[in-house]
Amino acid sequence: MPSYKSPAMQRYLRRLAVFMVIYVALIFAVGTVFRAAPPTGILAWGVAVLPALPILGVFWTIARLLAEETDEYMRQLLVRQSLFATAFCLSIMTVWEFLQNYEVVPLGNGGFGAAFFWFVGLGFGGVWNALTNRSEAEE
Amino acid sequence: MNNRLKVLRAERNWSQQDLADRLGVSRQSVNAIEKGRYDPSLPLAFTIADVFGLPIEAIFLRNGNSE
Repeated sequence: MPSYKSPAMQRYLRRLAVFMVIYVALIFAVGTVFRAAPPTGILAWGVAVLPALPILGVFWTIARLLAEETDEYMRQLLVRQSLFATAFCLSIMTVWEFLQNYEVVPLGNGGFGAAFFWFVGLGFGGVWNALTNRSEAEE
Repeated sequence: MNNRLKVLRAERNWSQQDLADRLGVSRQSVNAIEKGRYDPSLPLAFTIADVFGLPIEAIFLRNGNSE
């Protein structure tokens, strides 16, 4: 996301930090639980899904940022960044899926799911935005 | 869409940040509008007109019309 710090951006950063702390805590806690005393049945489902919740929270923070940002130009850049992330993620996952379909690469994702590639795309989109603002400032 | 933002700003000796503060937007927004890379919404265009005390058509011009 851009270096511009509007009130909406500051709220986004605070929310993001909270969800990231929760995510790190849960990923270690749930890993420990499954190694020490693996839960079974419905409890396994409930515990296994816990680390996904803060990731969903991050998606919510991004949605709130887009809704709360009052600077329309910066909001446009954020929307472009999110669309770039979506296109990047879908492209990677589509190519990967076909490689798996024809057994060129093994099944499974090694822990690198769609969210991972979406966030990587968001990072690239952020670099694109930063370059856009920099090139305009230098003209 | 062309605009006279830079000239109007210079007449008042305002920096891009000064204008951005008056409009309640980022300096990057003012820069993008000034350079013609971003066309503001109608509400923002009205706010810009209010800040300069001019009608919108005295600030924003059709493409190819620099006066």
